[in-house]
Formats: sequence, C-alpha cells, structure tokens
Amino acid sequence: MTPEAIDQVFRDEAGRALATLIRLVGDFELAEDALQDAFAAALLNWRGAGAPANPRAWLVNVARNKAIDRIRRQRNFRAKEAEIVHAIERDAVSDEAAATPNDLDDDMLRLIFTCCHPSFAPEVQVALTLRTVCGLTTAEVARAFLASEEAMAQRLLRAKQKIRLAGIPYEVPGRHALEERLRGVLTVIYLVFTEGYLATSGPELIRHDLAREAIRLGRLVLGLMPEAPDIKGLLALMLLHDARRAGRTDASGDIVLLEEQDRSLWNSEQIAEGLDLVEQALGVRGRPQPYTVQAAIAALHAQAQSYHDTDWRQIVGLYEVLLRIAPSPVIELNHAAAVSMVDGPARALALVESLAARGGLRQYDLLPAVRADLLRRLDRREEARSAYRAARDSTQLEPLKRLYARRLVELDAGA
Amino acid sequence: MQYLLMIYLNEVEYAKMEKEAEGKMLAEYQTFTQSIIASGNYKGGDRLQPTTTSTTVRVRDGKILTTDGPFAETREQLGGYYMIEANNLDEAIGIAARIPGARLGSIEVRPVWQYNH
Repeated sequence: MTPEAIDQVFRDEAGRALATLIRLVGDFELAEDALQDAFAAALLNWRGAGAPANPRAWLVNVARNKAIDRIRRQRNFRAKEAEIVHAIERDAVSDEAAATPNDLDDDMLRLIFTCCHPSFAPEVQVALTLRTVCGLTTAEVARAFLASEEAMAQRLLRAKQKIRLAGIPYEVPGRHALEERLRGVLTVIYLVFTEGYLATSGPELIRHDLAREAIRLGRLVLGLMPEAPDIKGLLALMLLHDARRAGRTDASGDIVLLEEQDRSLWNSEQIAEGLDLVEQALGVRGRPQPYTVQAAIAALHAQAQSYHDTDWRQIVGLYEVLLRIAPSPVIELNHAAAVSMVDGPARALALVESLAARGGLRQYDLLPAVRADLLRRLDRREEARSAYRAARDSTQLEPLKRLYARRLVELDAGA
Repeated sequence: MQYLLMIYLNEVEYAKMEKEAEGKMLAEYQTFTQSIIASGNYKGGDRLQPTTTSTTVRVRDGKILTTDGPFAETREQLGGYYMIEANNLDEAIGIAARIPGARLGSIEVRPVWQYNH
C-alpha cells in the first residue's frame, strides 16, 4: 500500500475513529494523541501487508491500547489511573460485542456537537470541526484561516483543553436544546462552505478544498439526522452554488459574473441532485427555513436558460420571505440586486442607499460593488467610478480587485 | 464539577431602578436561589456591595499599596456570584441563564480549578 493510499484511508476514517475513541477513553486530547500513535503504527504495518479489512476497527483497537500505554507511562500513575485503564479495558470487551452501526453514528454526532459547542467562538468551532470531524491536518486548517501552523496548533490546543477543563459534555444535546444546537452545526458547515466558495482574502477566488469538505459534512449530517430541519436545504444550497464553480472563473483565475457565465460549464449532475433536495426540503410542513429558501433561489438560477430569462420576480419574492424569517444586510443587498432586474436600477439604488445610510454593511465590500453596478446602469458615470474605486480598495481578494479595475477601465473607455 | 457564576451588571443603571422593580427582582432572586438549593446545585452565593465601596490591594517590595475602587474600570461590574455544582458546562449554562440578572447584565461561567484532575 502506498503512503498516499494510507493517507486517504486516514482521512476517510479519522473522524469516525476519533469519535468512537473519545467515548471509549473519555478524554478528547488523549483520544487524539492515541489515534496519532495508531496512524504511525498503521504507516509501518500497512505498507507491506496492506490495509486490514476494517481499517477503522483496526485503528480504534490499536489506538485504545496506545491510550492505555499513554496513561500507564504518566509519571504519577496511581490508583485513579489504574481505575481508568480498567474501565477502558472493560468497556472494550463489552463494546466489541454490543456496538451497532447506530452507536457509531451517535459517536459521530457527539463529536460534531462537541466541536460546534456554542461556548466556542465561531471560528474556533470551524477550526475544530475541520481538524477533528473532517480529519484535515493542523497545517491544512491553518491554511484555511491564513494563519501560521503554530498559531493554529495553539488555538486548537486551547479549545481541546477547554473541552476538558470547562466540562463540555460529549453528548448529543437533549430534545429541549437540540434544534438550537443543530442550527449552530449548520452555521459551522455553511461557514466552511462560504469561505470555500468566496474566499475572504488571498490569491484564489474559490477554495475548492473547503467547499468540498463542507458538502461532505452536509452529507454526513443528513445521513445521521435525515429529519433535521433545514439540513436538506443547506446541502442543496451548497450543491447548487458549487455546481457553478467551473463557470465562475476564467482560465487566468479572473471572476466571471453570473451574467456572463457559460452555463454549459455548470455541473448538471450536481444541479439535478440539488434540485431534488430543494424539492424535498420545500415539501416539509411548517414555516419556511432560511437555507431552504436560499436553495430555492439558487435552484431558480440553476434552471434558467440565461441571466435575462431568469425568474427574477419569484427570486425577489423569495428574498422578501428571507427578509422576514432571517433578515440580514447581505440578504437586503441581494434583494436589491434582484429588484433591479424586475423594477429597474433606480428603485434598487434607493434600497441600497437606504441600507448604506443605516450603516448595516460597513465591512462588506460587496455593497460599493452593487452600488457601482447600479450607477453604471443608470449612466451616472462619475458616481459609478468612485463607487468602483471604493469597492476595489475595500476587498482583500485579488480576482475581485481585478474585476473592479476592469470595470473602471470600461467606464473610462465609455463602453 | 464546580463552577463560579459571576453576575455582571451596570451598577449605575441598576441603582436607577424603581423601588417596585427592584423588589420584584429580589423576589425572583430568592425563588431562583431556593430552586438551586432544592436541586442540589447550590454551593454558595452572595450579592456584593457596589464597586464604590471596594479597595484594590497590591504588595510591591513588601509594601502594601491600596487604591480606591475596583481593579479595572469596565462598563459592567461584578455584582454578585453563585458557586454551583453541575454535571457539565451545559447544565452550568442552563443554571446561569435562569439567574434574574442574566436578563439585565451578563453571567460569566468559570470552572473552578480542580487539583488532582
């Protein structure tokens, strides 16, 4: 077996192996260290002999023994530690006899809910989830945050210490708290996706690795909790957005706006899957859910033959639903952009100006960009120019900087 | 596990509260305290005098230095605390959320350092 193939097995199995191991040894950090030991052992053993039939069971088994070794090696090994070792060994016997696929699913949910615990800052929840549930290396997580590996390692270490020292429970929340906590999990998945879909800074527009991890997480949670509200909507939303990936940049990495995209480049298989999920999500009774409504908007874009043939009227209506159930400045801005396609740029500009006057979107560079676009369409060139300049100066993302610079050149040329 | 629940609020705002509202608040505190005594979570707790009564003490070069007032000037001040026993952070957060002051100010939930852990 090649080291690359072994690496792939680790990546596929790390999350679930860790999830079970934490329950067995009762300590997040110990489980993680022991799993690293097991990976090292696997690298040695599997290279010649190949992977065992059930690599996850092998990893959990070896890691459990490594955890016991680690406890025994501790300097102050006393009666208390002996008790822990005894408990791990006892559970191991009963566990092998009794573990059902259901138990293992519950382990994975425990891990997800622990990483997405609301007592962590959102970016810590994202980092922990990428590291432990998705099995990314610390270096890869650091890259996702544009942080140094050392700083990220410190941050992850502090988070894991908090789990132990603050007593964050390793369990699926009870019924009374479940919906709220699940919303938090979906937020984390969507944060991973949005960073992948439109990076906030750096040389690349799309961080495909992160978008892929988010979709993988979405599928995982849907598989574990198929009845969870809005999970189908979230997965559909991500699939439909991601389906347009190939059309969103040109060969040189420059951004291609929806208006100008070659729709034949879109991933039709992924669109079909997304449309099916939206349909299912919209069929659920009860009040409309935010991700589901956003997915319905993405579905209308995905089905349209061209930008101008899009059902803008229905999109405006869906944004109005969103403004009622999940209002935010970003939704207001998108609503205004859709309004411009139905009622013209003048009415949309009034909405954008009112949003800007309330100062709702100060740190969001897309506001000057939308404003600039509307001014350009109204032929108010001088104002459009200064708005594009503002947009260019406020984004950290190279492809967007180039887009706004290009628009400025077009304006100067009188195009 | 043991947790210290620290109740922070803006004491200037609090002092402006109407007599009737304050009486209602104190009654709510009594009910809350009774409920966590009954559930076995209560380990201790007190209301504190305002920070205008506090003194900060440091020892430097063997000399005791005192200053008038709290260690740091902040928008919200420590106004009281509960020490509780809870199974985990979720239970502690649930109890903190039921403290009447959580609706006015904020509650910091800190696990107590445990030796031999």
